[in-house]
Amino acid sequence: MSEPVVLTEALTKRYGSTLAVDRLDLAIEEGEVFGLLGPNGAGKTTTILMLLGLTEPTSGFARVAGFDPLRQPLEVKRRAGYMPDQLGFYDDLSGAANLRYIARLVGLPNREADERIKAALERVRLAEAAEKPVKTYSRGMRQRLAIAEILMKRASLAILDEPTSGLDPQSTREFLDLIRSLKADGVTIMLSSHLLDQVQSICDRVALFSRGKIGLMGRVSDLLSEVLGGSHVIRVEASGAGLGEAVAKVPGVTRVQREDGQLVVEAKGDLRSDIARAVVEAGGGLTMIAAGHASLADVYARYFEEVRDAA
Amino acid sequence: MPRESSATAALDAATVGRSAVSVDKSATRREGSAFAGLGAVTMKELADNLASARMRLLELLVFVAGIGAVYATISGVKATISQDPFVFLRLFTTSHDPLPSFVSFLGFLIPIVAIALGFDSISSEFNRRTMSRVLAQPIYRDALLFGKFLAGLITLAVMLVALWLLLTGLGILLLGLPPSGEEVLRGLVFLGAAIAYGGVWLALAMLLSVAFRSAATAALACLAIWLLFAFFWQMLAPFVTLWIAPVNPFDPYSQLHAINVGMAIDRLSPNRLFAESTLAILDPSTKALGPVLSSDIEGMITGSPLPLGQSMLLIWPQLTGLLAAMVALFTVAYVSFQRQEVRA
Repeated sequence: MSEPVVLTEALTKRYGSTLAVDRLDLAIEEGEVFGLLGPNGAGKTTTILMLLGLTEPTSGFARVAGFDPLRQPLEVKRRAGYMPDQLGFYDDLSGAANLRYIARLVGLPNREADERIKAALERVRLAEAAEKPVKTYSRGMRQRLAIAEILMKRASLAILDEPTSGLDPQSTREFLDLIRSLKADGVTIMLSSHLLDQVQSICDRVALFSRGKIGLMGRVSDLLSEVLGGSHVIRVEASGAGLGEAVAKVPGVTRVQREDGQLVVEAKGDLRSDIARAVVEAGGGLTMIAAGHASLADVYARYFEEVRDAA
Repeated sequence: MPRESSATAALDAATVGRSAVSVDKSATRREGSAFAGLGAVTMKELADNLASARMRLLELLVFVAGIGAVYATISGVKATISQDPFVFLRLFTTSHDPLPSFVSFLGFLIPIVAIALGFDSISSEFNRRTMSRVLAQPIYRDALLFGKFLAGLITLAVMLVALWLLLTGLGILLLGLPPSGEEVLRGLVFLGAAIAYGGVWLALAMLLSVAFRSAATAALACLAIWLLFAFFWQMLAPFVTLWIAPVNPFDPYSQLHAINVGMAIDRLSPNRLFAESTLAILDPSTKALGPVLSSDIEGMITGSPLPLGQSMLLIWPQLTGLLAAMVALFTVAYVSFQRQEVRA
């Protein structure tokens, strides 16, 4: 197996007395879509900046595409495309002119740059808006322009920081499709997000961050079964007192929680009929019972709840 | 990027083992040229500078002021045309009430132009949120800062050279005679001094644009410093002098000492250095820029102009001082920019 595209060992960043990133161990293989997930302030952006050599780690070791971001930042940055969470362009310049400036910084010869810019803008469907100033672009168009920049650079690693935040559902779907097409090109993708459900569908593997540490890492399906015990989630809406206790006594139910007036039941199988019977026998008026899918958000909430309980 | 130095880092390194590689001082030397991307940054900034409405407005102001000043002095200069070997230089240095001379106009306006070029050069990249994207390209921060500085200097130089050529042309038209070779040379030296003077203010403005995220704060701070040196420094200097070097009325040496201290304090102001440089270079009859003792005058040929080389010698300390101030301010800006966090 080839060397991981991104490798960190005990990577640590300290701002004053606060630990932003605490002994991070990561290995991202070539061609993977890797998600750094977690709430704001969990250390995702700091990690990304350290990988790009834009912030110096307090200690620890990092390799990106085989180069040290601290000592060989130019080599790293030549191979990595970066889309920051606070995305900005030169508003008075057109989309194409913005890319042209980046192409010069990268050192592409003019003619090749023009060809690549044209192709990249077409691919993200900005060809028509190419010569319009960026200040007329919508948020979704700006995000796509950032992807065009990564395409133009022909980066082998794309680092996307909160790529879907602030996008409407339609734009989000389009954007996720673009990321999939990047992956199809063989680009390794590392993305960070606090919107777990949005990105869970495109990530091969994820790392759940909390307070600078990785709590959980692995394939989404593995995490689901590992943390939630391969369980089914059943949502019950019913009126009546003491239903929670009644449902909890049903054999096979591992956990009952109240959420927005609903009972969220985790069970070892599809126990809908058993639960319905328990509710009715307890004198409750059952209005709705449905099987839900477990999501990363459930995993996240559950896992860090356990961590907090243990602490 | 900030250099690795903290004790905690060393401690962590010792416990982590492999990380020692990246913390080891000799190993943190970065690879690749600091000038990669410099040309791209300079060209982009130059285009921005030359196209910006802010600069067009200022250029208009400077050109109008320059032409007005020179036009106003023409009649006075014409009267002395037959006796004066340096008529052209007189065009730039003579004032005609109520207008100040061209060079004193420039003494005011060059800092304003330089401040306008630099006061938001770094903070605007942060405010537009383009900083992290630009720095994620294969360039070092050095290239960004130096490219912006270089573009500012080139803009200033283009403006000054154009102005100088325009006024020389105007002089030829109105006086009816071409400048002599020495006048051209002196003019070029003057342009060099003016660019160095602008460079000081540009470096100061860029330093403040690194220090303050808000462009308005940086601009106000720049203007405050400009006001201090343009108007208040000359008023403050005598007080400071009196305090440092009190004058004993019965001791002539204490008076000389006080004068020297006063001039030294005065010369901390870049405006003063520029004024002295222009005086000596554009008025060849200037023999000295400090107090002259009677023993100095002995053997001096009064009335005749100094050759260019001697005038250059006279202002060499002033020019060096301007360049040193520019380099020092740029260095401070450079260091603080290198230490800045990329995320806003």
